[in-house]
Amino acid sequence: MGVGSFFTSRLDEAIGWARKYSIFQYPFVTACCGMEYMATACSHYDVDRFGAGLPRFSPRQADVLFVVGTISHKIAPVLKRIYEQMTEPKWVVAFGVCTCTGGFYDNYATVQGIDTIIPVDVYIPGCPPRPESVIDGLMKLQEKIAVGTQRY
Amino acid sequence: MDGAAILERLRARLGSSVIETHAQHDDHTAVIDRAALPASLSLCRDDADLGFDILMDLTAVDYQKFPGREDGPRFEVVYHLYSLRWNHRVRIKVRVDEDDAVVPTAVPLWPIADWFEREVWDMFGVRFEGHPDLRRLLMYEEFVGHPLRKDYPINRRQPLIGPRI
Repeated sequence: MGVGSFFTSRLDEAIGWARKYSIFQYPFVTACCGMEYMATACSHYDVDRFGAGLPRFSPRQADVLFVVGTISHKIAPVLKRIYEQMTEPKWVVAFGVCTCTGGFYDNYATVQGIDTIIPVDVYIPGCPPRPESVIDGLMKLQEKIAVGTQRY
Repeated sequence: MDGAAILERLRARLGSSVIETHAQHDDHTAVIDRAALPASLSLCRDDADLGFDILMDLTAVDYQKFPGREDGPRFEVVYHLYSLRWNHRVRIKVRVDEDDAVVPTAVPLWPIADWFEREVWDMFGVRFEGHPDLRRLLMYEEFVGHPLRKDYPINRRQPLIGPRI
């Protein structure tokens, strides 16, 4: 093993470590899950412990797209556009069962899971998910970020 | 006025245009002939004793598969009226057939009817004659059909992007 490969592997690890504690989220909040998202983000559960405390309200400044709430077919093109506006590297979290699968909205209006439109890294089911499951999902996302399996 | 007196007033003023009336749990309802609808709604709003100054809701019902009413007129357009001055309510219904699903607009009487009527057009496909801008309210322009009609398949989706599932 040469000196060069030692440095690159250590460098990737350092970058992964830094990235997993600087998660700037873009909350795409469309429905009632938003309340649970806010509860998780506030001081009682405090996602700032995981470096995810600062939402950016521009997709161009965000690393992680939090899709929170039911996505209808009418809003689906908007969601895709928001995703495309985010700069690499980027991750997507499906927050709540409606974003994961459509939930109980098996009807004319609702997208049956946002992974039919954009790629998803972490699914957090629940209606709405408990803050504990959100934090669990966030930690799973951190693991994913740290090992650098993101798409480029 | 109590509900029975309201219905009595409507019958006295509108005569045979009132097809039937009924009351259940103190909700008084008058079914009105479509031709007399504009005059009836004007009466409800402008009569000093009725004074229905608020259109609380305007919606429709599809009776296509309703037990016992499959053969009757398919749609019923429902107006919920409320009077701030007298604190009383009444419900007005109009029956229309599927092949002639047109109702005179209520926008000149209550401006809120604008969006209510657009929603009913969007969801049920009932047109409102004289509406200033009868576009879909909730669904997108590309959507085909009217999703709350009973013959619209319950999970037929029309995605703008993505797979058709």
